[in-house]
Amino acid sequence: MVLASVNWGQAIADALALGALYGLVAVGIGLVFGVLRLVNFAYGELITCGAYVLAFTFGWPRVVSILLCIGAVVSLALAQELLAFRPLRRTGASPATMLVATFAVSFLLQAIYLLAFGSRGQIVGTLGTLNRAFIVDGVAIRWILLVTVVTGVVLLAATAALLDRTSVGLHIRAAAVDFRTSRILGVRANRVILLSFVVSGVLAAAVSVLYTVSNPLVQPSMGVPITIFALVGVVVGGLDRLWSAALGGFTVGLVYGLFADVLSSTSSVYLPSVVYGLVIVVLLLRPAGLFGSRHSRQVERV
Amino acid sequence: MSAVTRRLVEIAGPLVLVAATAAIAGNLGSARRLEFQTALVMVAIVVALYAFVGNSGVISFGHVSFVAVGAYLAGLVTLDPETKGFTTPELFPPLRHAQLGLVPSLALAAGVGAAYALVVGLPLMRLSGLPAGIATFAVLGITYNVLSYWGKIGPGVQTLSGVPEIGTWGIAAGVAIVVVAAWLYQRSRFGRQLRATREDPAAARASGISVYRQRLFSFVISGALAGLAGGLYVHELGLITPELFYLDLTFVTLAMLVFGGMGSLWGAVIGALAISALNSFLGDAENTVDVGFHLTLPNGTRLVTVGAVMALVLILRPSGLTGGRELGWRRR
Repeated sequence: MVLASVNWGQAIADALALGALYGLVAVGIGLVFGVLRLVNFAYGELITCGAYVLAFTFGWPRVVSILLCIGAVVSLALAQELLAFRPLRRTGASPATMLVATFAVSFLLQAIYLLAFGSRGQIVGTLGTLNRAFIVDGVAIRWILLVTVVTGVVLLAATAALLDRTSVGLHIRAAAVDFRTSRILGVRANRVILLSFVVSGVLAAAVSVLYTVSNPLVQPSMGVPITIFALVGVVVGGLDRLWSAALGGFTVGLVYGLFADVLSSTSSVYLPSVVYGLVIVVLLLRPAGLFGSRHSRQVERV
Repeated sequence: MSAVTRRLVEIAGPLVLVAATAAIAGNLGSARRLEFQTALVMVAIVVALYAFVGNSGVISFGHVSFVAVGAYLAGLVTLDPETKGFTTPELFPPLRHAQLGLVPSLALAAGVGAAYALVVGLPLMRLSGLPAGIATFAVLGITYNVLSYWGKIGPGVQTLSGVPEIGTWGIAAGVAIVVVAAWLYQRSRFGRQLRATREDPAAARASGISVYRQRLFSFVISGALAGLAGGLYVHELGLITPELFYLDLTFVTLAMLVFGGMGSLWGAVIGALAISALNSFLGDAENTVDVGFHLTLPNGTRLVTVGAVMALVLILRPSGLTGGRELGWRRR
């Protein structure tokens, strides 16, 4: 493996932003998983939806555009739950079927985007100015890096506060530990589930805004690789707790970002293989995840 | 109905469907024939997937990898060495110099599918649940990535083309082999042991069944069948790219399996044929079709409708069209 001449500071700066982004996605996926034991493969399509809203409202006041984006993404997240996942739960579908159903929803949404907006792609320019950089010690730091990291930390803290400090948060956590028992104890299950979808929708909208600054081209299937990498992060980090999922997502993003900068171009085409290979190794050594607790029951529901 | 008749109906049903599809395909124009042939290959892939997923209850996102290696190997070894020296000069020498017939190439495809499944399964079959799903997915990602860039095992992102075609009845024969093999496996004691672990792992273990060993055995069988299906695919299409063996095929074949009913061979066959039929009907409707009136759908509705139908069936009938039952009259 040939190493290109590397500016380590630059590599780390770029990788941090990617890590923060994937951390956010991982929390969005992990939150719903925690409550429902459902891996939502259609999560990336929420991000795509937000990106389309940003693209079509380009030129409007930024605040309006971003608010619309959040509104649309949260509505879509609720629609996923109300139209697809809830009816499916009622029929008592097996976890495998549920998983394939989220695949189907993802496929359907991508097809709708393709039908409605075409395959050519739209450009988002809402926060393009954040791509400007300032130089510290020869390292070009783009403003978006700071914004991403700060937004990531703030949203994670807010989610954590919501879960730890409020009674709804308590309900969510109770449902995540033992759904049936918490129901018997008076937790309103469907409200808790809806709320977790709302929160994961807000997180997805934030990702749409941040992601499109560095990757302004919006295409129907842009959400798929994001979901896959975040999901890998969630599983590698450990599904049993939110912060381990976040840390997992962050790690995968960071590793990916670092390798992308460090490897020369001939070997960097194999980057996905390297990351997937590491994932397999981690799963074999620690099926509960890198940061999962050793004593936790192994998740065997999907 | 006696047990023997029931058994015969179980296997005859899928075989009759395969033969009927092939017979219809023989009388069609070339474009339409290709659709029917592809439907047959889909039956093979879904049945191969079923052999593992249906019997073990563990979801695998990695099976398309075995289809891919089978397709690439079967395609490469049947090409003319001179052409290969020209188009893919980096190829490993044995691959570059080989020139085999169709049947040996299919046998090789099954072999490489089994070998790959064995290598992957040895460590991975220790996992279950979501980690197993993600790990098999990682295998798919690696296969796709390596096939796209490594010149020693194929033409990379470029199209592998000029592969000799096998004809409708050749495909049908291959599919029949896959179906019969899956059926024999499911009826064998190994198949039954694996089904026992699906229903209740703890009870199966207590009865002396090694979950790991049964899953691994099934994974390898299923890998061989998937490799064979890949061989059929390349000899059907004549040209392939790595893109063909990635997320779309994985999703479509899994959805076909769930749509038909994950728990039965009959379900796997029905699911593959039903979704293929829907797909090609809608493809027609985008270019106007006569269904009592002239129906014209805007371009792109095909994907939306297929997605919506799959989601709807999952929601309304999560155990699939067949409810996981084999063909035959209900007992009791």
